[in-house]
Amino acid sequence: MFEWLSDNRASIAAVIIVVMVVMFVASIVIGRKQAALTAKDEVFGDPERTKGGWYWAVCGVSALMLIWFYFSWGIGRAYFPQSANEMCQVAKLEEVISPVKAALPIGSRYYKSTLLVGRNVNQLKALQAQAPPSAFSSAEQKELNELISLMLQLIANSSNPANLSEKSKTQLIDVSGKLDGLSEKLLAGPKNLKPSTEALAQAKWGISNIEIPMLPTTSKGVLFDSVSAEALDLTKLFYKIRNHPPANNKIIADVKVRIEALKKATEDGKFDERATSARNDYTKSVQRIFRRLDDGTIFPATSLDGVSTAIAKLDNAKDDARGSLGIIEALFFPGQGVVKSRTQCTEQGSARWLPKPTDVVATFIGLANPDLENGGGYKGIRLLWWKWLPVSDVVGFLMPDWVADIWPGEYSRHGSDGTITPNLKDNLLKFVQGDIYLGSVPMLDGHIWDSVFRVLVALGLGILLGVPLGLFMGVSRFFKSFFDPLIELYRPVPPLAWAPLILTIFGISDDGKIFLLFMVAFAIMVISARTGASGTQLSKIRASHSLGATNGQIMRNVIFPNALPEILTGIRIAIGVCWGTLVAAEILAGTTGIGFIENVARTVSNYEIIWVTILIMGILGLIFDLIMRWVIDQTIPWRGKG
Amino acid sequence: MADLVCKDLCMTFTNPQTGSAVEALKDINLNLKKGELLAVLGPSGCGKTTLLNMLAGFLNPTSGEASLGGNLIDGPGVERGMVFQQGALFEWLPVSKNVDFGLRMKKTDPDESKKLVEKWLDIVGLQGFGDTPTYQLSGGMQQRVALARCLVNNPDVILMDEPLGALDALTREKMQSLVLELWKETGKTIMIITHSVEEALLLGERLFVMAPRPGRVHKEYNLPFAERGLTESLREIKQDKHFSEVREEILTMIWNMEEEIMGRV
Repeated sequence: MFEWLSDNRASIAAVIIVVMVVMFVASIVIGRKQAALTAKDEVFGDPERTKGGWYWAVCGVSALMLIWFYFSWGIGRAYFPQSANEMCQVAKLEEVISPVKAALPIGSRYYKSTLLVGRNVNQLKALQAQAPPSAFSSAEQKELNELISLMLQLIANSSNPANLSEKSKTQLIDVSGKLDGLSEKLLAGPKNLKPSTEALAQAKWGISNIEIPMLPTTSKGVLFDSVSAEALDLTKLFYKIRNHPPANNKIIADVKVRIEALKKATEDGKFDERATSARNDYTKSVQRIFRRLDDGTIFPATSLDGVSTAIAKLDNAKDDARGSLGIIEALFFPGQGVVKSRTQCTEQGSARWLPKPTDVVATFIGLANPDLENGGGYKGIRLLWWKWLPVSDVVGFLMPDWVADIWPGEYSRHGSDGTITPNLKDNLLKFVQGDIYLGSVPMLDGHIWDSVFRVLVALGLGILLGVPLGLFMGVSRFFKSFFDPLIELYRPVPPLAWAPLILTIFGISDDGKIFLLFMVAFAIMVISARTGASGTQLSKIRASHSLGATNGQIMRNVIFPNALPEILTGIRIAIGVCWGTLVAAEILAGTTGIGFIENVARTVSNYEIIWVTILIMGILGLIFDLIMRWVIDQTIPWRGKG
Repeated sequence: MADLVCKDLCMTFTNPQTGSAVEALKDINLNLKKGELLAVLGPSGCGKTTLLNMLAGFLNPTSGEASLGGNLIDGPGVERGMVFQQGALFEWLPVSKNVDFGLRMKKTDPDESKKLVEKWLDIVGLQGFGDTPTYQLSGGMQQRVALARCLVNNPDVILMDEPLGALDALTREKMQSLVLELWKETGKTIMIITHSVEEALLLGERLFVMAPRPGRVHKEYNLPFAERGLTESLREIKQDKHFSEVREEILTMIWNMEEEIMGRV
């Protein structure tokens, strides 16, 4: 079932998109009709005008979904499932000819030769101006000047079209011709080209780890694929062409001799250390530039005109051959299209970081699968499931070992025959350490439960300790003044600022996170209970005194219920803040939990999982809040009516 | 007997910042016998509520002393029941739980409490409202609950701080009858503070008119209208000539006091 859903996610998306469009249009129609009905009855600013309006909720949700589908290329994949594969083949051609374009003013601003000439001439002029007089005698200075002039002459010769060798000319014409051949091939169209069976057997787009299937699956794709394979050879050929003008041969030999002589003079002459190093540096700089010039990569500008024209022609042919693909890409694939990097074709732009809704659902189902052996869960832990929890684990966690230590008597010793007979104290120790099996109870398990459990335990502790303290702070001068500085000092510190300290002290186990969240919940609960307690009407307190209530009874029966609305609001806020803090704490350290999943997914750039965790957090937060709203409605119906 | 007695009761409030002192009450002497109904009337700021709070035990007098049945008053107690202007009901409890609050605090047997609560709800005219949340009741009904809550504890004295002040005219009249009825049936000592001259005349068997700065008893009356109110219609009493005369007299008195205050300020 899941396999089928997963394989057909593009078709499922196609249906959902149609439904969304229908819902979007229908809700607007209904909304406009309803607006026409009510427009006369209500004035602007009347809060009644915000009530109802489910159709606008439908409109908003469907619009959001459509935007999500659009920018994640969900619409494109649903209706043009082959497009990405074709775009990938076009991208292959782009990738292959991009080095050639980079050498011409098509892929960059200048000819590569222009840049080389500029750089080399600048460096040579700089060397000419700064031959250090302390290291070179005036005779040598003169020689150096000549050497650099010779090298400048090399550049001038290479740049002159009249000096271009016949061999180079033929090679350039050959490349242009072959490029024209590729253009013609593209313009001729796919004709009888067929995708290979291997290509057709590839996993569909978005199903496997490889984002877009690499081998061409359409005839158009095959055409581009084969052209790009040929273009790769052409590119290699183009980069092998060198320009060695015959006029340069003598100068090159001369320069080589002069550089060798310079080196020898440095070796033979008795120069001090500083002068030697200055001479060597200078020689090396000259030699480096000379090697570049000797390489023959500078061409006369006009000599490359043929290749430029051929490349432009190939570009045009490519656009023609793409045909409808270009329009589809412009309409349904927002962003920078598909780019082929070394090993794979990837989606660029919004589709890169925004996974398709169906992919997110598929990832979620995959994570939620409790069958760990078959790839369910995440990092060996299920998302949300149940397990048998041994009661002894709970006992071992709750009971400290000193309970056994303070039991009267001694722990047993080994006897003279080398055997140990455990006594009552030994057994008690085993019990409090959780080593005695006491049966098991079913318990929730998994990443989600781990996160929820941490929040609930911390919140429970925060309520248990914070509410009484807050109530007393609301009514007692001592409690207020004694604890106020303490709480008000630590509370304003952002919880995440405490996290590194607390996680260092407690380690990455649950304790640290629970303590961190407890600190958050505790402060909120104290403040809300205190506000609620101090807001009790004096007449109610006086009435209960007159009715014979003791201080404790007033606390329980008057001040506490009076503060209950504030306390529940406090719990609602505390849940939200704890939830936010928890995820951040789990990102900092931990081996389970929603934040942990997101953090691991981040390190491997798995956008689907990142989005799944974000959605899980949002939904769980919403559920918490809905529960609290319901509790508030049920427990304090008197709120605001006192 | 359980008489409410005040001897030279003085109350001075000192502003802790400025150190200036205000004499809220000066030399109040009072002897309220069991079963008497005292109404206290006076312009704003004459110390009516301060007097009541001292008798209730919420404030300690600066000098002088107050006692009930020979016992010095030095804190709130069940023997002095209170009824407040806004009812001061516990809105999180239903009517019956409000009424039996005092009994629950004493840990009275639940069955006995239940009987008592039903009896008193019956008397104040709220039979069948036991499970209703108090916030769903009208202002008049809330005051009935407050009365029942106070009476179920069987106090010696009932201290009422403008109990009917927030009610509409019609409800107010009905509640005035109820107070008189309860007074007659229970024979409790009642002290009622009010802003309304008419109410003071109708309810006060005895009437104190207080004057401000310092708060003191300006004039004392003994009036027949409360006794008559037990049998006659209150509306008829209001049209009585004697009633009108006393009302005018007191109104003039209070009017002059207010004028004096304005002049001084």
